[in-house]
Amino acid sequence: MTGSSLVLFVMRRLALAIPLLLMISFGVFALIHIAPGDPVHSLLGTRAPDPSTLAAIRARYHLDDPLLLQYGKWLSQVMRGDLGVSIQGNRAVTGTIADRLGVTIFLTLMSTVLVLGPGILLGAIAAFRCGTRLDRVVVALGVFGASSPAFVTGIFLLYVFGVLLNWFPIYGPGRGFLDRAWHLALPALALAISVMAIVVKITRAAMIEELARDYVTFARARGLSWRRILLAYVLRNSLIPLVTAAGLIVVGIVAGAVYVEVTFSLPGLGALTVDAIQKRDIPTIQGTTLLFSAFVVLVNLAVDVIYTMIDPRIRFGRVGS
Amino acid sequence: MRVPEIGEIRRRKQRLRIPIVILLAALIITAVVTCAVLGEGIAPDSPFRQRLEVGDTPPSPVHIAGTDLLGRDVLSRVIYGAKTALVGPIFVAVGAFTIATLLGLLSGYLGGFVDSAIMRCVDFMLALPGPLVAIVVVGVVGGGYWTAVLVLGVLFTAPDTRIVRSAVLEQRPLPYIEAARTLGISKTRILFLHILPNVGPIILAYVALDFAFALVNLAGLSFLGLGVEPGTPDWGRMLFENRNILFSNPVALLLPAGMIILTAVSMNLIGDWLFERFAK
Repeated sequence: MTGSSLVLFVMRRLALAIPLLLMISFGVFALIHIAPGDPVHSLLGTRAPDPSTLAAIRARYHLDDPLLLQYGKWLSQVMRGDLGVSIQGNRAVTGTIADRLGVTIFLTLMSTVLVLGPGILLGAIAAFRCGTRLDRVVVALGVFGASSPAFVTGIFLLYVFGVLLNWFPIYGPGRGFLDRAWHLALPALALAISVMAIVVKITRAAMIEELARDYVTFARARGLSWRRILLAYVLRNSLIPLVTAAGLIVVGIVAGAVYVEVTFSLPGLGALTVDAIQKRDIPTIQGTTLLFSAFVVLVNLAVDVIYTMIDPRIRFGRVGS
Repeated sequence: MRVPEIGEIRRRKQRLRIPIVILLAALIITAVVTCAVLGEGIAPDSPFRQRLEVGDTPPSPVHIAGTDLLGRDVLSRVIYGAKTALVGPIFVAVGAFTIATLLGLLSGYLGGFVDSAIMRCVDFMLALPGPLVAIVVVGVVGGGYWTAVLVLGVLFTAPDTRIVRSAVLEQRPLPYIEAARTLGISKTRILFLHILPNVGPIILAYVALDFAFALVNLAGLSFLGLGVEPGTPDWGRMLFENRNILFSNPVALLLPAGMIILTAVSMNLIGDWLFERFAK
């Protein structure tokens, strides 16, 4: 594939991602109208309902305009980085999000590392030792992991390692890199386990399939070492299904982060969202939801592009058609 | 008479052998179902009776699993909680698959415009971060448990439709369909009397897997305080209400948490087994 057709492919994917983002943003915008009750009173929150405040809110959110015009104006404000004002404390939503973003990014990155590293390794070992006791243990753990939501594993980890053994702190996000990593170790593990189960399952299945292929037998016959065969050929080919499932993994981690942050009382974006939902703080909910979903869509887009670059079959097969 | 192939050994008629793990899983599900049906009969105490003067106590001979912050018996609440843990997921799994089966059959068999229209919608829904959508929609719209059941049901329809569709696509080129078409059997009859029974086992296996997934998701929403009404005995809700008594009575958290995992694992095992056994 030439460079220009890759550009064409990226453009085509972008052309699909943009309507999706627009539809998501419309859904997020519509939240204020979906919420039970009058939008003005939802946006008023705990402030006194005097006429000047009400008028200010109507003007701020263009509530007197027709719906589509409201959306257009809202969207152009969002594009300029203005997500509105939080009902509690009258603070700009972007400011609150910026405060909370650090913990969430740290947490999700840490568990992504946990998911991909040990996840792929376990899957690969299980496949290589397919049928042995080790394999069965890994598969059984995988079933357990896949059925255990992050908030449930979180509670068990919190109790065993935080309360009983007292190895890890049970509260707070920590300061500085090492302290934070230590504070977020249990949350990151809780978040990683359920997603790791998916990665182990996919890697194992793909690797078993690859190991049975003719090129492996041929490589063995030529006397290549297992290490070389596994690392240079089998693992690389086995990772393709994993890239396909990247969307699932990203959603799992992002949505799981919401639950984990609540379980461990961490001041991240997920906890902010849940807190805003409980206080009916619509602008904040809109802000975080938009951020989360835009992130998921953009990661999926990036994965698709990377996918075509890794796997030449996709480039030659599907792009042309 | 069928001619045996070379090297084939005539086997005795095989009996259906159920592995011990699956039996164990079925036993757990039966126990949970019993709790859900007979709640009042089994529970040692009313799950709603508060003893504020007692408060949260660790397990004792009177309260085997201890009491929660309001002095309510934890074991009784866990037994009662089986009801919301089962009813919602059943509605989600069966509801989603009823719609998905209809859409999948139409989409897979008719093809063309219907297929691409249905699949575009499915693609769109799959591109959304489902669990997040559930949290936000249930949180903003309100309505608790049944809103959650509805939203999850709608979200589950998309992947399920894709599963049914691909199963139908596998059946379509097979000779028996061609034969049925040659005989002039109507499309509806082929769809529901010929294709549906053949994709049935796959659907059944996925209903079990969907059930487990719905159970975990509903418990999660209750854990965030968005599912069942406050005070309802529900496993997810108990994790939310008891999260501050991890030190004084850890059983109040660990028991419902364990029940969520145990039920979900059992259902997943059964689903996987059904899939391996009947759908391959």
